[in-house]
Amino acid sequence: MRFVDEYRDAGRARALAADIAARCEPGRRYTFMEVCGGHTHTIYKHGLEDLLPEQVVLVHGPGCPVCVIPMGRVDDAIHIASQPGVIMTSFGDMMRVPGGNGSFLDAKAAGADIRMVYSPLDALKIARENPDRRVVFMAIGFETTAPSTAMTVLRAAAEGVRNFSVFCNHVLIIPAIKAILDSPDLRLDGFIGPGHVSAVIGCRPYDFIARDYGKPLVVAGFEPLDILQSVHMLLGQLAAGRSEVANQYARVVPWEGNRTAMAAIGQVMRMRAHFEWRGLGFISHSAMALSDAYAEFDAERIFDLPGLRVADPKACQCGEVLKGVLKPWECKVFGTACTPETPIGTCMVSSEGACAAYYNFGRFSRERVREATLS
Amino acid sequence: MTAETKGPPDGSAPPDGSAPPAGVALDEDAPPAPGTPLRDREQQVLDRIARARRRRPVVREERITLAHGSGGKATQTLIQAVFLEAFRNPRLAPLEDGATLALDGARTAFTTDAFVVSPLFFPGGDIGDLAVNGTVNDLAMCGARPAYLSAGFILEEGFPVADLRRITASMAAAAAAAGVEIVTGDTKVVQRGKADGCYVTTAGVGVLERPVELSVARARPGDAVVVSGPIGEHGAAIMLARGDFGIEAPLVSDTAPLHGIAGALLDALPPGGVRALRDATRGGVATILNEVAVASGVCVVAEEEALPVRREVTGVCELLGIDPLYVACEGRFVAVVDGEHAERAVEVLRGHPLGAGAAVIGTVRDDPPGLVLLRTAFGGTRIVDLLIGDPLPRIC
Repeated sequence: MRFVDEYRDAGRARALAADIAARCEPGRRYTFMEVCGGHTHTIYKHGLEDLLPEQVVLVHGPGCPVCVIPMGRVDDAIHIASQPGVIMTSFGDMMRVPGGNGSFLDAKAAGADIRMVYSPLDALKIARENPDRRVVFMAIGFETTAPSTAMTVLRAAAEGVRNFSVFCNHVLIIPAIKAILDSPDLRLDGFIGPGHVSAVIGCRPYDFIARDYGKPLVVAGFEPLDILQSVHMLLGQLAAGRSEVANQYARVVPWEGNRTAMAAIGQVMRMRAHFEWRGLGFISHSAMALSDAYAEFDAERIFDLPGLRVADPKACQCGEVLKGVLKPWECKVFGTACTPETPIGTCMVSSEGACAAYYNFGRFSRERVREATLS
Repeated sequence: MTAETKGPPDGSAPPDGSAPPAGVALDEDAPPAPGTPLRDREQQVLDRIARARRRRPVVREERITLAHGSGGKATQTLIQAVFLEAFRNPRLAPLEDGATLALDGARTAFTTDAFVVSPLFFPGGDIGDLAVNGTVNDLAMCGARPAYLSAGFILEEGFPVADLRRITASMAAAAAAAGVEIVTGDTKVVQRGKADGCYVTTAGVGVLERPVELSVARARPGDAVVVSGPIGEHGAAIMLARGDFGIEAPLVSDTAPLHGIAGALLDALPPGGVRALRDATRGGVATILNEVAVASGVCVVAEEEALPVRREVTGVCELLGIDPLYVACEGRFVAVVDGEHAERAVEVLRGHPLGAGAAVIGTVRDDPPGLVLLRTAFGGTRIVDLLIGDPLPRIC
């Protein structure tokens, strides 16, 4: 398949892996964070770690939209879904995310009308087809999905669809990266930058990472060869003593981003002063709400929300995993009390969550398998 | 129930009722001592997880969710913790595709299946031929010659009689094609809104004419894993037929009766050469490989590049973010065969009209037991686990 097969070629992967190994200084350890959960998924799904030298360690970052939703927001969304006449719509990823009192899937089984959609436009369509119901879209995600939410609100306004609203949980990637850079727990040598987010915001917002923190960042695509190539580019910068923002994913990411998409976000949404991130706590200026001009589409203003802050379960170490401080398996409850079927933390829910990726794809001893293959 | 009660078949009763439920920490789960090398600590965690997965499954939900019908982990938990717990007997316990019974000395296979597919009519078939082929195939996977079927209909008030005629006509045609008769049945009608048009259940009996002992618990190191053709076509066709995605592709369901091709394989290999047969329905090939790994206590190593998947199926799965390994087939099966006869098995399957795309997709090894590993086309290795949650709509 075009644009897929050429980025999964085993021969090119082996050649690139050899180049990567050659670029590593003996005895030096390189720790790179892949910011985006999509990258985490690719790394595990294709068994990429088998191709990297042991000196190169990938740690998983906070860029998983479902993982950063705090439990209180899930409870608020279930509260909305339980109001009379409401149809709650949500991406499938969100269905199993636990709140303080169960997940969407549980609320649905208990009678709430919660429907899976593939785009906010599907939610708007449901609103048009059910004029006597109040249809709410559970909007989650980084700058990747915010434009489609914004466009949908604009279309609802243009068509005068009055029974549609958005429960806005859109978050921003830069404040999350900054929180990680300012965290004393972690020493990173560079970043594999998010691909789809950058297609919207462009590459300039990362300049401060290279300039102020002296860390290289390579915006990367989502195929396995993209990631290997990004590691190669990061090692190249480090070998030359440079720290720059580079774009490996130029086939999708324009340096300046997508101005139309940014304008739509700017028109429909405003910055929140604070927003709570699961495991990371409150981060200033890190999330968006609907702006006053679109208040009539804002579920937070339409519905009376409990808005309670629910503390994460004590045993859950999602925060440390999201910051890259802990590998998934180092969490106390990983794989025993917390599994994909009975998740305690969000990192175990989404296919982009580091814990779910490790549990589903990486839960075996590479060493033992290697030995068995050789024997 | 037998048709879909595929479970991690240590199907035998748990040692006693005292096994602690999954997820409860035991003393042996104490965290690794500080100072333990990283790699050893990881191995300790992996061992602890393996122990947790072997514990008696517990249904934690207070209500049934869609995940319980996905054919994945939640379905298996439900079967083990509710159905097997209530009905436990030696014939149900192995959780094969059907039960093998001795009736007056005659070896008989018996199975049942329920069909709730949406939409009722889709490219390549409808709920009618699915209901016949599904039960025929479960009998075929026991090594039996399917003989007689029952059919039960749950109809919603307002359902068009013309649609019912269409469904019964394709059931009749499918039964004729498979050489079985539908000899008994039942009809119920429920109020509008209490069902989705038409649900069909079928049960079937078949005759075990060959002296075969097939079980997913019989795989051993050195065996080969074979599929009878390209995978995922039924599930992909249904997903497109629902029209949720606005994607069009020339895909039709692969629904077909498998007793002919399965019989050809059983007859061609020496006795015992075929260890297990399973049709790859809900949960796909991945689920079956996991059943083999757990039931036989072996490691199944699959090769991604060897998997026969049509380009259209790959394309649809890529767009929807679904792994074809989990997508249902209704006319393909997985066979575990003695490694020495792997080539012969593929040759026999390819010689049958339904097996043109048959291929060896993997091998059985001893370590690490209970796991399915996939060597990716990219050159890495990863686990293929049971499906978690319910990413797929109603497909059968």
